[in-house]
Amino acid sequence: MSDNGPFRLSRGGRLIDRAYPLPFRFDGRHLRGLRGDTLASALLASGQLMMGRSFKYHRPRGPLASGAEEPNALLGLGQGGRFEPNQRATTTALVAGMVTTSQNCWPSLNVDVGAVNNWLYRFLPAGFYYKTFIHPRPFWKHVFEPVIRRSAGLGKAPTEADPDSYEQAYAHADLVVVGGGIAGLLAARDAGRQGKTVTVLEQNPHWGGRTPTDHADGQSRIDAALADLRAMPNVTLRRNTMATGLYDHGYLIAREALADHDPNAGLPRQRLWRIRAGHVVVASGALERPLSFAGNDVPGVMLASAVRDFIADYAVAPGRRIVVVTNNDDAYRTALAALDAGLEVPAVIDARANPSGALPQAVRARGIRILSASAIAGVKGGQGVQVVQVCSHVGAGQVSETIEADCVAMSGGWSPVVHLWSHCGGKLNWSDAQAMFLPDTSRPPTGDDGAAMATPVGAAAGDLLVAGATGAEPEQPLLPVWVMPVNATKAMKFKMWLDFQNDVKVSDVELAAQEGYASVEHTKRYTTLGMATDQGKVSNINGLAVLSAALKQPIPQTGTTTFRPPYTPLTLGTIAAEARGDLFQPLRKTPMHGWHQAKGAHWEPVGHWRRPYCYPQAGETHAAAVAREIRAVRGGVGTLDASTLGKIVVKGPDAGRFLDMIYTGMMSTLPVGKCRYGLICNENGFLIDDGVAARLSEDTWLVHTTTGGADRMHAHMEDWLQCEWWDWKVYTANVTEQWAQVAVVGPQARNLLERLGGMDLSPEALPFMGWAEGQIAGIPARIYRISFSGELSFEVAVPAGRGLELWEKLHAAGADLGVTPYGTEAMHVMRAEKGFIMIGDETDGTVIPQDLGLNWAISKKKSDYIGKRAQERSHMTDPLRWKLVGLESLDGRMLPDGVYAVDEGVNPNGQRNLQGRVTSTYISPTLGTPIAMGLVRHGPDRMGEVLEFPVAGAETYKARIVDPVFYDKEGSRANG
Amino acid sequence: MAEALAHIREITDLGMIQIRADLTEAGAAITKAAAIPLPGPTSTTTNGSRRLCWMSPDELLLVLPQAELAAALAELTTALAGQHVLVLDVSDMRAAFAIEGGRADQVLAKLSPTDLAAMPADGMRRSRAAQVACGFWRQEGGFVLIGFRSVADYLRGLLDNAARAGTGLDPR
Repeated sequence: MSDNGPFRLSRGGRLIDRAYPLPFRFDGRHLRGLRGDTLASALLASGQLMMGRSFKYHRPRGPLASGAEEPNALLGLGQGGRFEPNQRATTTALVAGMVTTSQNCWPSLNVDVGAVNNWLYRFLPAGFYYKTFIHPRPFWKHVFEPVIRRSAGLGKAPTEADPDSYEQAYAHADLVVVGGGIAGLLAARDAGRQGKTVTVLEQNPHWGGRTPTDHADGQSRIDAALADLRAMPNVTLRRNTMATGLYDHGYLIAREALADHDPNAGLPRQRLWRIRAGHVVVASGALERPLSFAGNDVPGVMLASAVRDFIADYAVAPGRRIVVVTNNDDAYRTALAALDAGLEVPAVIDARANPSGALPQAVRARGIRILSASAIAGVKGGQGVQVVQVCSHVGAGQVSETIEADCVAMSGGWSPVVHLWSHCGGKLNWSDAQAMFLPDTSRPPTGDDGAAMATPVGAAAGDLLVAGATGAEPEQPLLPVWVMPVNATKAMKFKMWLDFQNDVKVSDVELAAQEGYASVEHTKRYTTLGMATDQGKVSNINGLAVLSAALKQPIPQTGTTTFRPPYTPLTLGTIAAEARGDLFQPLRKTPMHGWHQAKGAHWEPVGHWRRPYCYPQAGETHAAAVAREIRAVRGGVGTLDASTLGKIVVKGPDAGRFLDMIYTGMMSTLPVGKCRYGLICNENGFLIDDGVAARLSEDTWLVHTTTGGADRMHAHMEDWLQCEWWDWKVYTANVTEQWAQVAVVGPQARNLLERLGGMDLSPEALPFMGWAEGQIAGIPARIYRISFSGELSFEVAVPAGRGLELWEKLHAAGADLGVTPYGTEAMHVMRAEKGFIMIGDETDGTVIPQDLGLNWAISKKKSDYIGKRAQERSHMTDPLRWKLVGLESLDGRMLPDGVYAVDEGVNPNGQRNLQGRVTSTYISPTLGTPIAMGLVRHGPDRMGEVLEFPVAGAETYKARIVDPVFYDKEGSRANG
Repeated sequence: MAEALAHIREITDLGMIQIRADLTEAGAAITKAAAIPLPGPTSTTTNGSRRLCWMSPDELLLVLPQAELAAALAELTTALAGQHVLVLDVSDMRAAFAIEGGRADQVLAKLSPTDLAAMPADGMRRSRAAQVACGFWRQEGGFVLIGFRSVADYLRGLLDNAARAGTGLDPR
């Protein structure tokens, strides 16, 4: 082992178990840690101080912190589908066999060609993306961007699917305490004793926060609180659970790590908790701030608290000669911890003039030099600290002394973790005395009752010592230090890091201010201060203090950037949870779904339904299958699974009056036993659905909607009933799924159904647009004689549970008739051959029925219906509106869907004027020619005219305006 | 091998009748015809084989053995004749599952935002299971969950997944 750098101490380490060594790999090297280690402590114990490189300059980086705020020690973790970039070594528990890689370096961590950026930093100042590579224009896309992209960016994205599972769960509690340190545990105990249901969330695997490390009898105080809490059945304690965000109405999201470190346990790796909290106690502690001195990013310069954590928790010494630099008393704890571990502390450098509190006195009593009113002028060293240069804090950095050291423990004071408090609107106050932003309890995040929904306690509320609970001695005030030394030169500021992850220095923020950036939010984006994975947990306050000084304004006037969830990055898997694979989306299946599947149906998604598009036979293309199905229907008989069609029962004394308002046509006059086609518009007059309504009884109608319209039309009806016509006596019920519906279609349809027997389906008993009820093949059924294909057609509705039985009986009985299942595409083509419109093809939310030549379905007798007045507005009655026509291709090519017909001249943008577009287009197997429908400016008046449809990369299409009914114009086939 | 949190079983013999009515006017007739007391808001009543669920201020769901469905439908229709009501057989449009076992509540807690601890023994909740609508009530040893027929496979998949062995929600 070298004489410098980190190593494992022979004694101590409250979280490790020396009986269980764990092998792991780092950049291919085989290393060994102990059970209880984090990756960071295991690497340090192996002498590995350098763990990555920075974002912009590829500077060598060692760990700065010991917890969730870590900006530097980010590793690629795992392999294959389990690879995850940017994992914080300081919070990742070590697991035997772990494979880890350093990031952002090439070809290796030690020799990195990107580090050349390091020598270019004068040329990569704040905002360099915005101003350096603007001209010449094409260079950005072809030269600068590809080069920057290759050298920039943190970890690599995984390239394989994640094999682990994730889940979510809901929870409810009167009180949720976020943070299992002393303040949180005591708040939980108080609430628990009041009988409240309490949940305590702790992001770490162990309880206690800083108390066990920082206070002599801290662990026993924590143990006592835990014992009390565990005895309360109304208190739930959850470790490894990080509260990521607090939202309106006490909605708290938290991530529990379950099997992060045991991928073979078969458990969900992580669980996202979605908690409704009656109240939230924010006991999230505080984060230590770095000091801004030259060379503060050299590996081995760490937060003072992290240095003593590594020593006390993991028995890892970050160095052998540790210089402490501070502006407060707390950092002296690190000096004492280092001394207790047998390490050297050559000096404590304190910016304050007269450090004389109990902790400094204790350090002084151990014979340690305390250099007061002093600062660090510079840290020398490449991949590790070698020399610390000391200067006066009030000077410009003239070196008065050099100290050999391999570790610097720095403390610039503490910042309460106010993220949760702030997520949902809690405000902050700047405390000059404590040099920190504190939750302003007079402006809390509020709940539905206007009262506070969160309460900060302990260090998160600025009470760093929690003396009442820890027994800590009072400490002397800190001296705010934002730049060290006070009058540091420009050259020194070039080496003072604010944001270690993104390489933002004091000089960058000052430059931004000089260039006119006054808003902290703008400065963040311009300099990248506080961006990326750590979101500036250790850099934000220092950054905005420097900005405030540069702007010559007090810190609260500058304010903070916005605190947004998540507190630390969330794995996307937790957000998706079970929604992957078969459970990605609910697939709606009709009662005959399995039959279609067994017959090799090619599926078409229609909303969440899957409908057969066609049933290709062996070696058959989809187009050939569709053509075969159409010929079978027109020449014999086919069956369509129409179960997905919406079915809404409308019943009541006012049902007829209601439907007269819902539909453009008249439904109240429909005789019982009859069906009528109807159009539904919204209040703007636009056509939103169509279908056939059947009158079931004097006061009951069954409304058929489109497949996609079922839920929407039901909601539309309820909206009008509940909000406008609340006194009308009408009940509606969406019974879409109660019925399986089979369209039996073709000249042999009646023949086939008669073979099943049970109902008189003769034209006399069941005429076109009639319906009848009875039993078919012993199955209770309603049969509607309606046609969407132009053929003789019966739609047979049976209880869903018997749909498959009916379907199979039809196919058994009709085998010799060539009965053929057909899919949605055959249905579409056949309706287009007949010139029937399709909602969503001929309509797009801007089309009124009059555009489609459907005036016959609009009642002239009614005083009103939804959309009537809108349809009377001048633009709606404009004779030049685009209207439905048929389009006949002149050269036999099928018109592409959606293409536009051009007109003479250009619009103000220099684009060709337009006069129409194609809405439906197919090759008709029945006619052997292409057919199309479209909307054309007063098209029905222009029969025979030829339109041009230019298409990129092909010869312009030409089509003649014709009648949209291409097949069986007289409509005789529907009579069989 | 740890045990599943609960046993998931599809129930295929439930009849269901949807009733829409002004319950203050028609309540007595419904109670008499269905032979079961009227439930209060968000709760259910049962008479052993039948359960009457409160679905909304003007909607009830009568759940009963499939074999009793036709007769109950006829009795309700007759009893309520002349009143403005809607009585419909909706048995076929539903899928139903029993969630049975010691930690049935944990299975539901993964799928529905309901506060199950606040749901009394006779409670009824209309909620969602992950991405689809559902309703559920307690019955001996767990819950009965109903959803739409078309998503029965999805519901089954959700429930089985949520009940996987070793995935209990108790703190560890």
